[in-house]
Amino acid sequence: MDKRYTRRDFLKIAGTGSALAGATALGCTPAGNKNTVSDAPAGEMTYRTNPGNGDKVSLLGYGCMRWPMTKDEEGRDVIDQETVNGLVDYAMEHGVNYYDTSPVYVQGQSEKASAIALNRHPRKSYYLATKLSNFSNWSRENSMLMYRKSFENMETDYFDYYLLHSIGNGGTKMFEERYFDNGMADFLMKEREAGRIRNLGFSFHGTQETFDYALSLHDKVHWDFVQIQLNYVDWKHASGRNVNADYLYSELEKRGIPAVIMEPLLGGRLSKVPQHVADRLLERNPDGSVASWAFRFAGTPSGVLTVLSGMTYMEHLIDNVKTYSPLVPLNQEELDFLEETAQLMMTYPTIPCNDCKYCMPCPYGIDIPAILLHYNKCVNEGKVANSRESENYRKARRAYLVSYDRAVPALRQADHCTGCGQCNDHCPQSIDIPHELHKIDRYIENLRQDTLQTTD
Amino acid sequence: MLKKLRVTLAAIFFICITLLFLDFTGTLHAWLGWMAKIQFIPAVLALNLAVIVLLVLLMLVLGRVYCSVICPLGIFQDIVSWINGKRGKKQKNRFSYSPAKSWLRYTFLAIFIVALVAGIGSLAALLDPYASYGRIASNLFAPLWQLGNNFLAWIAERVDSYAFYSTDVWLKSLPTFIIAVVTFIIIALLAWRGGRTYCNTVCPVGTVLGFLSRFAMFRPVINADKCRSCSLCSRGCKASCIDYKNHSIDYSRCVDCMDCIDTCKDGAISYRFAYGKKKAAAGPSAPKAPETGAGEKETGTSRRTFIASAVMAASAATLKAQEMKLDGGLAEIQDKKIPDRQTRIVPAGALGISHFAQHCTACQLCVSVCPSQVLRPSTSLLNLMQPEMSYERGYCRPECTKCSDACPAGAISPVTVEEKSSIQIGHAVVIRENCIVERDGVSCGNCARHCPSGAISMVSLEGERQFKHGRELRIPVVNVERCIGCGACENLCPARPFSAIYVEGHQIHKTI
Repeated sequence: MDKRYTRRDFLKIAGTGSALAGATALGCTPAGNKNTVSDAPAGEMTYRTNPGNGDKVSLLGYGCMRWPMTKDEEGRDVIDQETVNGLVDYAMEHGVNYYDTSPVYVQGQSEKASAIALNRHPRKSYYLATKLSNFSNWSRENSMLMYRKSFENMETDYFDYYLLHSIGNGGTKMFEERYFDNGMADFLMKEREAGRIRNLGFSFHGTQETFDYALSLHDKVHWDFVQIQLNYVDWKHASGRNVNADYLYSELEKRGIPAVIMEPLLGGRLSKVPQHVADRLLERNPDGSVASWAFRFAGTPSGVLTVLSGMTYMEHLIDNVKTYSPLVPLNQEELDFLEETAQLMMTYPTIPCNDCKYCMPCPYGIDIPAILLHYNKCVNEGKVANSRESENYRKARRAYLVSYDRAVPALRQADHCTGCGQCNDHCPQSIDIPHELHKIDRYIENLRQDTLQTTD
Repeated sequence: MLKKLRVTLAAIFFICITLLFLDFTGTLHAWLGWMAKIQFIPAVLALNLAVIVLLVLLMLVLGRVYCSVICPLGIFQDIVSWINGKRGKKQKNRFSYSPAKSWLRYTFLAIFIVALVAGIGSLAALLDPYASYGRIASNLFAPLWQLGNNFLAWIAERVDSYAFYSTDVWLKSLPTFIIAVVTFIIIALLAWRGGRTYCNTVCPVGTVLGFLSRFAMFRPVINADKCRSCSLCSRGCKASCIDYKNHSIDYSRCVDCMDCIDTCKDGAISYRFAYGKKKAAAGPSAPKAPETGAGEKETGTSRRTFIASAVMAASAATLKAQEMKLDGGLAEIQDKKIPDRQTRIVPAGALGISHFAQHCTACQLCVSVCPSQVLRPSTSLLNLMQPEMSYERGYCRPECTKCSDACPAGAISPVTVEEKSSIQIGHAVVIRENCIVERDGVSCGNCARHCPSGAISMVSLEGERQFKHGRELRIPVVNVERCIGCGACENLCPARPFSAIYVEGHQIHKTI
């Protein structure tokens, strides 16, 4: 395993003692008089204005990629529509008016389910965003089919925001192939003129070269908005071949293009942080959640139109609504504090998986995100041992092996990865998935055989 | 007093031996493994002279206490019989003296010996009392135990504890399960009605030990002067061996349970040194032959055909050209099927197929402790119930030697992890048509990646499709000299339902 694992010492630094003496207000009210912490306030959401057309967009946008799931009568995974309706109702009530989906999300079920929930509200009361996700077949016919199908799925005659989905994966060449060689970009611009698309933009993961190229087309296409990955880790420390967010954002700002933010929380990696990082953040702001720091960070730049969050659970929705009702922007000192936090987190050898599930389904049945997430969880909880001689080895070994079997069924574990690499093309974080799976598998094999060596 | 001692010891042995079959983690074996090793038939099969001599001496000194204290099947019958007796006085004293059914006893003994000598292990295994109990415990009790464990694991998972982990409960072999159920029913019925009927008419161990216990130094003796011929001892004797009329006890059948000593109100029966003053008792000639259970032999009608080798038409998963690749979801995983192996695979330490077949008493102890779901009772008629290996649910893990540690009969002799890594129990064979590299044109190499002995190499695939996804396409080849037959390749091969690489067993194991 990596030498970097030796950084276990951090746990010891964990200065938990956030013993901020409960300075109860002198005089009038005695302590213990308050019933509960108040609910998220309605009507205080922060809104940003789209400079192009004056849309008032809520700073919190709803990402429709992580809807809660349930099983149907035949045991298949389906979206839990009733819960989705409840989430959307709460969001609407609290001023969330931007909803972002795609034909491929949630095994292709997201558009319909989102529409069912949203169509219970007036169409003018929210902004709808979806994408041209022509990843596997980008012929003109297939792309057109996908575009038309989205209207059908969502039972609408216009989209407020329409995106070329995830350009940059596959480089400039694929960008050209997917949207320009087949004439789709021209077609979509015409659709914009016809009013069926109110704003045309793209979402981006990948290399700087492709990003620069896409922006160079601004004069020709006129991008109404661009969706980028931005958070306090990626600001200066983007993983893999991704580009630092400070560069992406400044390039947009230069051109006056509003930015839609995705992955503000890195798929939960900025809320499920190692305990002493959590303590650090909570100590600084005992009334806010760990996640609230990430959302305040993403919402602070004024060129940000909305921050998307794929909120599966009501708690997350409530927490995020609170954070943005209204937004308290970060000051320079707080920004520095988060940069320090980011550097601290970088010392943990976690894998930058955001659980987006683009890699799935693996044709050989591996549950890739579950394996990577379990590994990250164990890293953050200090359950990844360094060698047999480590102090916590026995405990860590049992914890890892037992929790692994609980998290991932045996037949979907890393030892079944063939290394075919078909998943790699889909990963927006450019993780070398088979490489990571084989690394984890070797680690587990060492645990099972009880032969874990530092020098492995 | 003596009875209390007997009951206490019997309870300890019974619980501990049962636990050996229930404990799937294999941790108890380090402490209690010896209890299986002192069982008579396993000791004989293992040629464990020390144990045999000890048991013979025990019989010659104390009589058939083995049957009352050490044999789990004997104690099991005592428990069943005792429960029936608890229902009332009438049930408690439901026995009566009956003469020995010698012809039945000797027939079963003869069958047993012939089966052993002829190497028909499964027939011998059917008659071994310890193995019978083992099958009952591992087929009927263990699943319940595991379900209980899984429930605790379910709770543990919810409170984030790692104290329990769940384990798979699965039917390892239908014929063996049926045999266990039938054995359970027959023995329980016999014990319910007639106490130790099975031990004294069917059990070959009982018959052999009966020879010895006739000459035991200590035994229960009826003092004819004190005896008022009240018949209470005969009616309470679960072995039906006390002839109160003649004041004699058939010591070939008496299992030294000491019940009669307490039963006798006149203190006429005592357990004592028998060679002091000899009093010739008239040979028992039965006036009436009571209805004691006719020794029924389990008819294992559980014939089962081999795995229907009708190979399904290769279900070429027609991957229709999708219009889009959707995110998320899990691909379905087909279950693996067991390949039709020409030679079966038995664990390292078994030395070879025939040595294993001759020594194994099919007690299922190794099956119970195998953590990888590799061992299971054979379904083939000749080796029925004797364990064999298959890799569709797991493979023989390099760090595990649990079966060899557990085997009481010497069928799997103890091996260390290091020794095991060089014992060749079989070798891998590649079926190229199944390999996904050839079939789907993707790169793989999972077999080579997991081979613990480095016997599999990936070599270039001839022809046009040499590169895919930036990787060179390579197919596996096996160096059979290095392969130990652990089945990691077979188990982890992505091809389903039949793996593209599988293990053929070896007749004789060798060290590489």
